[in-house]
Amino acid sequence: MIKKILGILKDDGECVYKELPNGMKMRIEDFDLWYGKTQALKSVNMNIKKNKVTAIIGPSGCGKSTLIRSLNRMNDTIPSVRTEGQIWLDGYDIYDDTADCVDIRRKIGMVFQKPNPFPFSIADNIYYGCQVNGMKVDKDEVVKRCLKQAAILDEISDRLGDNALSLSGGQQQRLCIARALAIEPDVLLMDEPCSALDPIATAKIEDLIHELKKDYTVVIVTHNMQQAARVSDYTAYMYLGELIEFGKTKQIFENPKEESTEKYITGRFG
Amino acid sequence: MISRKLKDKMVHYTFFGIATFSVLIISFIFIFLFVKAYPAIDALGTGLLSKEWNISRNQFGILPAIYGSVFVAIGALIVAVPLGLGASIYLSEIAPNRIRMILKPLIELLAGIPSIVYGFIGAILLGRFLYDTFGMRGPNSFLAAILILGIMALPIIVSMSDDAMKAVPKDLKDASLALGATKWQTIRKVTIPAAISGITSAVIMGMGRAIGETMAVMLIIGSVMRMPVPFFNVFDTGNTLTALIAVQMGESHGIIINVLFAAGIMLFTIVAVMSIISDYLQVRTTEKFEGKR
Repeated sequence: MIKKILGILKDDGECVYKELPNGMKMRIEDFDLWYGKTQALKSVNMNIKKNKVTAIIGPSGCGKSTLIRSLNRMNDTIPSVRTEGQIWLDGYDIYDDTADCVDIRRKIGMVFQKPNPFPFSIADNIYYGCQVNGMKVDKDEVVKRCLKQAAILDEISDRLGDNALSLSGGQQQRLCIARALAIEPDVLLMDEPCSALDPIATAKIEDLIHELKKDYTVVIVTHNMQQAARVSDYTAYMYLGELIEFGKTKQIFENPKEESTEKYITGRFG
Repeated sequence: MISRKLKDKMVHYTFFGIATFSVLIISFIFIFLFVKAYPAIDALGTGLLSKEWNISRNQFGILPAIYGSVFVAIGALIVAVPLGLGASIYLSEIAPNRIRMILKPLIELLAGIPSIVYGFIGAILLGRFLYDTFGMRGPNSFLAAILILGIMALPIIVSMSDDAMKAVPKDLKDASLALGATKWQTIRKVTIPAAISGITSAVIMGMGRAIGETMAVMLIIGSVMRMPVPFFNVFDTGNTLTALIAVQMGESHGIIINVLFAAGIMLFTIVAVMSIISDYLQVRTTEKFEGKR
């Protein structure tokens, strides 16, 4: 019954339920991932706290994007991917055989590196998620609410019927955030959401992240250390597919335990 | 030593010359068609577009052939579009890479089979089969032509629609999947709409092939200058513009030759209009993804 309510499982088959410690939304446990023969993630262990922002930092190719894409099983779209280990969401393993990707992705929204609105109208972009999930909602109300949450409603309220591609890059990215919020996820994953944006648009999105953590659990991948320091509560530092250090952002940036973390943060490599 | 500027000029004029030459050839063909067709247009006037074809009574209405061409082309599309679309969805969105690598070249190979082979298969196998199954008057029919042309249009439709769907950015498909859409919802609501211009132009190219095809049609359509009765009767025999020209050309003289050229103009016009529509749709696809509206 609980499983049904959580919507993680398709049926009530045998599955392991594991109580996560209080305040914890997700837990990554001994997680390995291979692209063909190349191992991209090596035994990653990490906790993601509820209503906090967790940042994943590290040099290019360290596996941070791979890790965040593992959290909603987006790596399943790449044929050569193989995984081992578990990722728990509210006590259920999303890599269990009985787990359903579609349900998982409804619970865990994602914003991508490059703004990727559909070539439809702005309103249709937002409504898309509700439509495919058969959510019975009032379209106008959802569109307005999500655009407002993504702090973009005022700029575009008179253009909701326009093609989303007519927006600027920063607006498109906030539209994508709004679109992810429309399906009312618990967790919001952001894969370098500002890498294609200018500083002003970036600042807007960072403010937005601060707002969003009141309602959502946010995981953000960034190559910009200042950004991680500004927006996150917890920071994970990755290098060559391994999680080197994980802790409170303040501690990671002011008093890193590992030498490699310190070197990266102080800009001596990476 | 020639100066760089002069060299640049020479390149410019050489390519301008080549481009002009190809445009000129097309224009000459069109002018030639007109000159040759003129006596028929002059002598017959609108009679040329009537449905009466009777050589002994000097009636040369090519309407049955025009109708036949359009009829088989539309029929062929009804056969080829669902199959082609299904196959291209499978190839571009569902098939594992390994299977795609085998299937796509095989389907494209279908386009390379000489049309006489299709015609032969149509006449010998398909015509016979239909004759036996439906108890028709003879092995020739619109139906046989439609089925063969449908198969012949398939590779173009599959290959071009597959390219169009493959060209839809993976970002868009990922965005849809990340919102909890299933694979089929993503194909239906994102991939196909985003590729629709490309798919439409694939269909039009397929139709062009069906209209332009001669050899295979000639062997199975019956080459009778008569409208099918009733007009949608696929079991009837008839003619197409291409088959009309091919069959009559060798043994005609006098005004019939001019009539055939008039049929050529008709064909030229139909195909030209379709290729213009196809080009227009291609341009629109590009605009859509560059954000212009």
